[in-house]
Amino acid sequence: MKAFAYERPATVQDAARLAAERPSARFIAGGTNLLDLMKLQIETPATLIDVNRLPLAEVTETEEGGLRIGALVRNSDLAAHPRVRTDYAVLGKALLAGASGQLRNKATTAGNLLQRTRCYYFYDTTKPCNKREPGSGCAAIGGFNRIMAVLGASDSCIATNPSDMNVAMRVLDATVETVDPQGARRSIPIAAFHRLPGDTPQIETDLKPGELITAVTLPKPVEGVHLYRKVRDRASYAFATVSVAAIIAKGEGGKPRLAKLAFGGLAHKPWRVQAAEAALVETGSADAAADRVLDGARGQGSNDFKIPLTRRTLRATVAEALRA
Amino acid sequence: MGSCAALATLGASLRGRAEAAPAAVDPQPQTMPVSLEINGTRHDLTLDTRTTLLDALREHLDLNGSKKGCDHGQCGACTVLVNGRRINSCLSLAVMHEGDSVTTIEGLADGDSLHPLQAAFLHHDGYQCGYCTPGQICSAAGMLSEVEAGWPSHVTDDLTRKASLTDEEIRERMSGNICRCSAYPNIVAAIRDASTKI
Repeated sequence: MKAFAYERPATVQDAARLAAERPSARFIAGGTNLLDLMKLQIETPATLIDVNRLPLAEVTETEEGGLRIGALVRNSDLAAHPRVRTDYAVLGKALLAGASGQLRNKATTAGNLLQRTRCYYFYDTTKPCNKREPGSGCAAIGGFNRIMAVLGASDSCIATNPSDMNVAMRVLDATVETVDPQGARRSIPIAAFHRLPGDTPQIETDLKPGELITAVTLPKPVEGVHLYRKVRDRASYAFATVSVAAIIAKGEGGKPRLAKLAFGGLAHKPWRVQAAEAALVETGSADAAADRVLDGARGQGSNDFKIPLTRRTLRATVAEALRA
Repeated sequence: MGSCAALATLGASLRGRAEAAPAAVDPQPQTMPVSLEINGTRHDLTLDTRTTLLDALREHLDLNGSKKGCDHGQCGACTVLVNGRRINSCLSLAVMHEGDSVTTIEGLADGDSLHPLQAAFLHHDGYQCGYCTPGQICSAAGMLSEVEAGWPSHVTDDLTRKASLTDEEIRERMSGNICRCSAYPNIVAAIRDASTKI
């Protein structure tokens, strides 16, 4: 691990200001992703800003009946929160499908939003990677690409976002709250928070330098069956090959009257297609929805299986929701 | 004469370097004081900020029970309890734990009397080589507290109710601890047994 200057600012504002002043500074909260990458010298921050003592670890109710989740709320605490368990089960299920008990005890809400890809070549510093070293190329294209994207990829990068939580946040229409080094506050809809790779895959989110996430806000709960179906290579403690976060409410004649669907494992960001949700409500057919989700999907060879797997996973998810 | 020429050349190259654009300077290693309460005893250390909690325990305090398996949070051999919660000590910097209370495998027994999980692992032969065992036991101790607190898991059917500790629940909740000898059936039996005695 390369040496760094360690700072422990006392206020949120000091943290953001410090991050803007210092070149290549990184915030550290749980550290479960960042320290892993620092040990491999994939991340080499010159300054590490420890935000763990900032007052951002509360879950509070919003006036609209939603939930405001502090940036530092640990994944395990969030999954165990009574309101999450009753009203936002898709979020609880997604969190519990990710990582291990030990990691969830450290990993934070904001840190999970910023979790970096698990692309093999991003991790292999002997191989080119446009995300790790812009302009160097992409070894995943034409390489081993079983875990890579089938939607929204570019000629520069075919990596996926590995988070389960993010997929649930997308289906719940969460909002990311931030503060910038000048003290200005901003609310970023989750749909605009994560970016597609394009020709700048090293820029993964809409955050500006020094901007600090303070909370994630959920709108009031959506009634319906909340499901998170994750397909992976082991029964536990593995990243998704494909996952579906779904909120489905059953209407007349056993057809869905409301459907919200987001997908993990397919792209550089959680994938959501509103036309697919409309198609599911209109026709009651998971295949009709899958057609729209997979519009433009393209395999890279060893990840071709994700395309039919997405369709089958959606079928199973819709069937389970309508059985409930 | 020759040495003068060499000095002149050296001087030129130093000047040349000084005139070039300044390269980014890597930060120097930094040390700082850290106070940790470990197994009930306060320890005041001065550590390189890069020191993980695991390395602080093993290399600075001679507490070798916590093991370094993968050093990347994948195997669970380094699991300790911090303020009562299980974490991977390899993925946390010691300086981030100023003032925290840490329990390692060395701190679980009550004098000569083994912790119920330690006794159960012996009784059920919950290991072969034993390398993962301290992490397994610390993880199980944290996990049983989580179950007691009513935390759900990935295999809990009804998120709104407290889960009972089935073998399926034990296996899911312990999936962050790898045993390459594959003593899993005996580990599950040991945890099931100990859970009734804590």
